[in-house]
Amino acid sequence: MQASSSNQVHRSSHRLEPVLSKAGWLAFCSLLTIACVVVPILHAALPTSSALQIPTYAVTILGKFACFAMAAIAMDLLWGYAGVLSLGQGVFFALGAYAMGMNLMLSIGSSGVYRSKLPDFMVFLDLKTLPWFWRPFDSFWFAIFAALAVPGTLAFLFGYFSFRSRIRGVYFSIISQAATYALMLLFFRNETGLGGNNGLTDFKNIYGYSLQSDATKVALYILSAAGMCGVYILARWVTTSKAGRVLRAIRDQEARVPFTGYNVVHFKVFAFTLSAMVCGLAGALYVPQVGIINPGELQPANSIEMAIWTAVGGRGTLVGGALGAWLVNAAKSWFTVVLPEWWLYILGTLFIAVTLFFPRGIIGVFARSKA
Amino acid sequence: MHRRKANTRFWIVGLAACACKGPAESQTQTAASTPPEPAAAAPAVAKNETGPIRVGILHSLSGTMAISETSLKDVALMTIDKINAAGGVLKRKLEPVVVDPASNWPLFAEKARELIQKEQVAVVFGCWTSVSRKSVLPVFEELNGLLFYPVQYEGEESSYNVFYTGAAPNQQAIPAVEYLMSSKGGAAKRWVLLGTDYVYPRTTNKILRYFLKSKGVPDDGIMEKYTPFGHSDYQTIVSDIKKFAAGARTAVVSTINGDSNVPFYKELANQGLKASDIPVVAFSVGEEELRGIDTKPLVGHLAAWNYFMSIDTPENRQFIAEFKAYAKAKNLPDADKRVTNDPMEATYVGIQMWAHAVEQAGTTEVNAVRQAVGYQVMRSPSGFNMALDGKNHHLHKPVYIGEIKADGQFQVVWKTEGPIRAQPWSPYVPDSAKKIADWSYPWVCGNCTEPKFKLEFPLTDTNNNP
Amino acid sequence: MVGCVFSTATHAALADTWAADVLALGASDVNEQVRAVNRIARRGGTEAIALLEALNDTSLQIDSTGAAYRKRSSGGVVPIGPHSPMPPKPPIMAPVIDNELRRALEMTLATLRLTSPDSRVRRRAAEEIARQPNDSLAPVVRQMLVSERDVHVRRALALSLAWVDVESLDPSVRIKALLAIADSPGTAFKPAVERILSQTEHRKPVEVDAQVRAAASKALSAIRWLETWTNLLSNLFYGLSLGSVLLLISLGLTITFGLMRVINMAHGELLMIGAYATYVVQQLFLKYLPNHSDWYLVAAVPAAFFAAAIVGTIVERLVLRFLHGRPLETLLATWGVSLVLIQVVRQLFGAQNVTVANPAWLSGGIELFAGFVLTFNRAAVILFSLAVVSFVWFVLSRTNLGLQVRAVTQNRDMAASMGIATHRVDGWTFAMGAGVAGLGGVALSQLGNVGPELGQGYIIDAFMVVVLGGVGNLAGTFAGAMGLGIATKWAEPVVGAVLGKIVILVLIILFIQRRPQGLFALKGRAVEV
Repeated sequence: MQASSSNQVHRSSHRLEPVLSKAGWLAFCSLLTIACVVVPILHAALPTSSALQIPTYAVTILGKFACFAMAAIAMDLLWGYAGVLSLGQGVFFALGAYAMGMNLMLSIGSSGVYRSKLPDFMVFLDLKTLPWFWRPFDSFWFAIFAALAVPGTLAFLFGYFSFRSRIRGVYFSIISQAATYALMLLFFRNETGLGGNNGLTDFKNIYGYSLQSDATKVALYILSAAGMCGVYILARWVTTSKAGRVLRAIRDQEARVPFTGYNVVHFKVFAFTLSAMVCGLAGALYVPQVGIINPGELQPANSIEMAIWTAVGGRGTLVGGALGAWLVNAAKSWFTVVLPEWWLYILGTLFIAVTLFFPRGIIGVFARSKA
Repeated sequence: MHRRKANTRFWIVGLAACACKGPAESQTQTAASTPPEPAAAAPAVAKNETGPIRVGILHSLSGTMAISETSLKDVALMTIDKINAAGGVLKRKLEPVVVDPASNWPLFAEKARELIQKEQVAVVFGCWTSVSRKSVLPVFEELNGLLFYPVQYEGEESSYNVFYTGAAPNQQAIPAVEYLMSSKGGAAKRWVLLGTDYVYPRTTNKILRYFLKSKGVPDDGIMEKYTPFGHSDYQTIVSDIKKFAAGARTAVVSTINGDSNVPFYKELANQGLKASDIPVVAFSVGEEELRGIDTKPLVGHLAAWNYFMSIDTPENRQFIAEFKAYAKAKNLPDADKRVTNDPMEATYVGIQMWAHAVEQAGTTEVNAVRQAVGYQVMRSPSGFNMALDGKNHHLHKPVYIGEIKADGQFQVVWKTEGPIRAQPWSPYVPDSAKKIADWSYPWVCGNCTEPKFKLEFPLTDTNNNP
Repeated sequence: MVGCVFSTATHAALADTWAADVLALGASDVNEQVRAVNRIARRGGTEAIALLEALNDTSLQIDSTGAAYRKRSSGGVVPIGPHSPMPPKPPIMAPVIDNELRRALEMTLATLRLTSPDSRVRRRAAEEIARQPNDSLAPVVRQMLVSERDVHVRRALALSLAWVDVESLDPSVRIKALLAIADSPGTAFKPAVERILSQTEHRKPVEVDAQVRAAASKALSAIRWLETWTNLLSNLFYGLSLGSVLLLISLGLTITFGLMRVINMAHGELLMIGAYATYVVQQLFLKYLPNHSDWYLVAAVPAAFFAAAIVGTIVERLVLRFLHGRPLETLLATWGVSLVLIQVVRQLFGAQNVTVANPAWLSGGIELFAGFVLTFNRAAVILFSLAVVSFVWFVLSRTNLGLQVRAVTQNRDMAASMGIATHRVDGWTFAMGAGVAGLGGVALSQLGNVGPELGQGYIIDAFMVVVLGGVGNLAGTFAGAMGLGIATKWAEPVVGAVLGKIVILVLIILFIQRRPQGLFALKGRAVEV
């Protein structure tokens, strides 16, 4: 009996749990359908006087939230499953956004304010030719590649050297915050050649399609929503695999893991890099919907807010990350219009309340009440 | 098992959440505003031809630029109250819609979109830094909105959807440098160009470099330095200025913006830089910014504007009295110590010109009002008939150079005879000198070297570029 | 009889021109004012000097008949000249003065002061003239040089002649000028001296005479030596002042981080509260004690300490106590606290900055030598930071509380089993750390802006100093702060402020990756996060 059961364990040892349960797959597919099919229909097919019609700017807002949710899922993978609180995920998000933004800037061509082949900000900086690192971004696919590769490489290097020196916990958070700050200062400089304080803006086309047409906006929304769902499945796939088990072990008792034969540094770097690449992709989808990328995205405060999305929704449950991102950003949009002075109080109290009273987030509250 | 059930439960909740619109999106719109083509629009009937006319106000009320922009919101609301008290526009009251983009440039774009699409405003008065203007420009051009921009800026722009009531470089920066070069201003031979690191100082300094070069100043006679927004440690920079200035008459052109001015002037005073020795002329320091500084050590330093509160005309006295009364009535903080400055005057003039244009056009529809704005002439608080040029969308403005006094007011030391026309494209910069900003036929363009349309018999006087 | 009439007529005529000149000083046309200044200067004499000096420091008042008075800072007026009856007859006005007039005045006054009986006044006037080329004054200066006896004044006069004499046709005159420059070098002369030593396009020396060239290189090396020393000292001073600011802002953090392992993201806001406490004290002084308003700073120090300590205690009791041993949650919770604090201050005091004026005894500076000015406010901050460090060191090493704090830092459980009430020690320590942060806020209020977001700009720097220096370690924080300050200020002239800061940050991150425990690590087994 022992032998056969251990044989069974060996055969299926690469997948200890299914990615999603049957009910889970049902719910997931329904959500995917609603997000990618129903919403665009509600936008396009209904007349604008109908109460159910979703106006264009609302579609764009939903798309933005979907990008945030993608980043939050990545954050949850890193923090909730690997126990690494990185306060620099905003950097990877912004790097992905800049990569796409550079392509969008170059596709403006000569229809900018200065009628020059160079982006507008280079004209007022009196640059005569395109800097070398801009040239490859003429290609849309290179921009997508860069949106994944640049954050990934940066995360790989930073993570490898930090984790190798056993920097963890709060020290890692502080260092990641300092690195974010340094990069933000670098991007604010006009000499860096990325638009400085102006950022990259005034986009006209993406991959040949006009950014001002409704169809493009809806398409971008669909891509973001599908991306969010896809990232969720990817994250589930990772966390339900053996690697996910190891990550959870690292989160819970890091000191013991090396004794079981797993290289902690490799797994942490893997989680960090994957998370960074997903954030980069989210950023790349975000920037054409928002129309501007500016070093303000690199503020440490933005990265810390990502942590609270995950904490509010529920750490260690990927759904929690997405849910937290949607709820907090929706609340932000509402409050900054209706009761702007109260928004910071609410956000601040949210931080305090979630850490003190709801460490498992909203999902944790429901799970507890179920149990 | 519990967790999976919880997960499932939450996917269902997620569906529900997606299905309803969030509170921000739940307001339905009465009429869609499909973005019309800029040049040819069907006369869009109704946003609402009855009821109050909504007017957007887009200024930072918090963050690093709040020190400058809050008073623009105040004077805008005051002007709107004044117009309403006189009966409104087209017999309808003006209803201000105030939003706070919090000195955050991407938020400016988002709020602009919200004002035009969601709040359905007929016009927006707003922005201060050129970054904020550049962020909202694509939004206004996409949605065919109308923006009145009241702050001095770097030029190199003339948008179909923007009217510029602030100074272009030839109405501020160039006259200031010419004054400092003259013997009256100290006959400066070497120049320090000190600015905050964004588009306005960068572009203005680029223009000034070409200008100084054309006047024979060598490259090593110009020192250019930039600091980020919010920078506060100016020790090294002031010390560098002193070293650079040793032995020859030097002047400093400061385009430092926001609250960095406070530590900069403090350091200047503490290190003993005298205004009669190394004069500093600032383009972004007015009465409002001086309100927050101890001005005694700054006496003698200069600013160049198109309006000062100390100008003695009956129009200005009335403007100041109106504003002070408004501040007292609305219980604004420090009501009795409030001051007026150039962007406030530009806002005051701009709102009234827009109101007159709407009366002239008979509608708030953007395409009609845009044509009417080009006819507007109005007596400004500075005592001149100011005209808004329909060709380049800029306001004709007089130039004043003033020295800071110990009480935070300015003493005029030089001024032009009357308003001068703006040159949005600087004739000193080789690339810009060829460009024309002329929205009238046949050019119909803000940045072209060739007119858009061909005339059968070309005009003999082709001097469209002033 | 005729003589009497003549003398009274002359006296009256003289009086008339004096009064006319004084009246002309009050003219609205600056050219008329300059002419009047020159006329008065030509008169000479102590009254003329007094009149022009009053005009220069804006204390001059004139009445409609041309009588001149000087306004005293303590109130009241003092007559200038023999023709000013007391009390003055209204209406009296202050002449309008602008830069053009000031420039004319400064030169005129300097020339007039050259004839003063006081050698110190003469020396300062000569040094003023020597700062820039002034060809028109050269003959006057030459004349003065002949009769001048005082060594310092002679040196300064020779220097002011050097501007003209380096271009003289006579080589011996040029040599004398260059030697005068070598004697009292100044950066101002560098371009002129370098021109003498330069070469034309055809690689031929501009200056033919070898002796002149030798004198010029002597002058140039003297100038370079002075520049090197000035740069060294000024960078050192700027670095120390930046370091003292960093020290003040991170001292509180090293206490709380070191002892309680609490990552307090609201530390910046404690700084901000200290700064606002200073503002409130200033306003109270302005309202109730306006005559002593300059001393508000002294009262602000304890006020800021207690205000910040109280806020810190509230935070500790309400939030931190429950998050013991969970550093990541503490980080997030204190970030939330910081947001709430910022918004509270914004609602109480407004979103815009508030003005905290430097008291008069902290304004200005003294020029130690050419080009280097020791500003009083920054020197005071350096001294203040040293005082605060000594205070903290004293508390930590010489008091009972300090002993308990150190024990709990090294081994909490052991300390608890020795009978130390660790929770109480936590409370006191956090309050002390917060109070020290408040003191940092007082210093910041004197140096820059005070606004709700003051703390956000300093939090990253504070953490970097603490992590670099070694957590919980006073010596480490001191070394880290001063080292960072000096390094930043050395980098700034080379690569600029922003790039310098980025480079320093990157270097710190790399250093931490090599040596995570910081410069001075606490020894002991339980020193892990």
